[in-house]
Amino acid sequence: MNATILIIIALAAFAAGYYFYSRFIAERIYALDPNFKTPAHTMRDGVDYVPTDKFVLWGHHFTSVAGAAPIVGPAIAVIWGWGPAFVWVVLGTIFFAGVHDFGALWASARNRGLSIGALTANVLGPRARNIFMMVIFLLLLMVNAVFAVVIAGLLVNFPTAVIPIWGAIGVALVIGQLIYRHKVGLLWPSVIGVIVLYALVFVGQAVPIVLPESFLGMAPTTQWILYLFIYAGIASILPVWVLLQPRDYINGLQLFVGLLLLYGATFIAGPNIVAPMFNSDVPAGTPSFIPLLFVTIACGAVSGFHGLVASGTSSKQVDKETDERFVGYFGAVGEGMLAVAAIICATAGFASLEDWQGIYSQFSAGGVNAFVEGGANIVSAGLGLGVGISATILTVMAALFAGTTMDTGLRLQRYVVQEVGEITGIGALKNGTIATFVALACCLALAFGAGTGGAGGMLIWPLFGTTNQLLAGLTLCVITVMLMRLRRPVIYVAVPLVFLLVMSIIALFIQLGSFIGNGDWLLVTLNLVVLAAALIVAFEAFMAMRREREAIATQAAE
Amino acid sequence: MAQKPPLAGRTAALFAAVSDRLGEFYAAPYRRAFAKAKQEEEDLFMLLIFSESLGVPNPATFYTLELLPTLYEDFHDWHRRMGIERSPLDGFRCC
Repeated sequence: MNATILIIIALAAFAAGYYFYSRFIAERIYALDPNFKTPAHTMRDGVDYVPTDKFVLWGHHFTSVAGAAPIVGPAIAVIWGWGPAFVWVVLGTIFFAGVHDFGALWASARNRGLSIGALTANVLGPRARNIFMMVIFLLLLMVNAVFAVVIAGLLVNFPTAVIPIWGAIGVALVIGQLIYRHKVGLLWPSVIGVIVLYALVFVGQAVPIVLPESFLGMAPTTQWILYLFIYAGIASILPVWVLLQPRDYINGLQLFVGLLLLYGATFIAGPNIVAPMFNSDVPAGTPSFIPLLFVTIACGAVSGFHGLVASGTSSKQVDKETDERFVGYFGAVGEGMLAVAAIICATAGFASLEDWQGIYSQFSAGGVNAFVEGGANIVSAGLGLGVGISATILTVMAALFAGTTMDTGLRLQRYVVQEVGEITGIGALKNGTIATFVALACCLALAFGAGTGGAGGMLIWPLFGTTNQLLAGLTLCVITVMLMRLRRPVIYVAVPLVFLLVMSIIALFIQLGSFIGNGDWLLVTLNLVVLAAALIVAFEAFMAMRREREAIATQAAE
Repeated sequence: MAQKPPLAGRTAALFAAVSDRLGEFYAAPYRRAFAKAKQEEEDLFMLLIFSESLGVPNPATFYTLELLPTLYEDFHDWHRRMGIERSPLDGFRCC
């Protein structure tokens, strides 16, 4: 099949989902009210609560939720064939992610902009809230460990990308200085910054950087992981205006450029998909796609992390309740588009089925490298750039997504450690530098504890997906109970909730067996913790809904 | 009929609008971090101004003394933020 047809089907389905299904959800389920005063107005403080134009809000909601995950997940999952991955991304975005992200925004804005954590405590009770906090901590830990391994792999496999990836930090530092110290308008620094970033791609192409085979007994991947954590530690301590803010910004611009490049190149080149629709000849050791597909692709289909962004920042800035449909639902659609692009790159960017099978020789062997290699062929054919340059561009795109998520993740984790210091009264943990070291040590233990040289950290990808889906399940549970209290139909939220919980719990059992078989005791421990959390979440959800149903029955009887 | 503004004016207005939107896109996710940093700076300044009253010798008191009346208004919020339930100043009972 031609990839262009697949893109057209996906775009048509997303458009239909937005125009018809999200309208139905907005009018009949969440019952958006154009006269409702949002927290951005009722609690306006100029800091957290600020009414924001819906296009700008969509821009930073979308760039906050989009990262490397919608690339890595689909590029791993096409091992089962492009059909299951495509169907899950498209239907998952329309019926699961859109409803989840939109719902998180609606639930939070209807409750004074409370975060999903606080809403969990209010709606489901304090025990569910504790589970929620634990799941978030585990998720942050895995994000940092996984993404360090992803970037290190890219730096080793594509040495031409080393200069532009690290050069992006220089570009961000200069933009930060121009904006903060010299009060320069943003238009020209943005344009020049993006041009310099892409110029660095050509420099990197001319000067590839390869680390020594062994340094102090460490392989190149191990060395890069350590350098990345040292960098992330420093970045998380620096004032945000110095690096984090301009880096996020450049990354946001790059997201739009990257999407345009990938979709434009596919339309022009019209490559054929060489991978099978259903791969009946999967490599030995590949788990069954039910249930693993639904946790391997979390971001790009449905992701609990989106609920954190929707209720953490976006809900406090939404100007009108009717804007929530565009910001929340269409934000999920943007992420779905990125995941579709990743599927196309990882299945249509190869010359033959044999080439594709060579890459997908074992489970988790594809991933981001397949995205870069396949995508480079498509971009090269579509835009007339060299394959090497195209590969460097896509490597930079994927590495910057992962890098900015890692920066933010480590900073958030440092806050969590500092909070633990406050709660327990351990003074040393309150110190920012010590808290950063503790957070770094946890991430390093996970990255290297999962396999020699840190590269085995990718083993935790499905576990990361499961944890993310568990978080989505909690958010959907909160929304379901809220809808029950309002006497609204709950099936549109309850079906995704039950589906995610069932798939996550089955996947956790399967992963547990696999980790025990491999003797990965760190992962066994983590898996057991997440499994216990999943079972408690399922129990809490069931009990909360039963309580609501009884309350409704009692009222009806009276 | 109202006349259209010249092309140069419209282009400048378009650039300014795009720049404004980009500025909002740049600043919005970090408003809280900036507000916190500003608050911390102000808290340190309050400590400096009130240090003598709190029993901490301050060689700059002569220069900061006249700021005291201006900052009394914010003193209550400050001591609460510092984790001091009641006003620590003998001569100033805000709560």
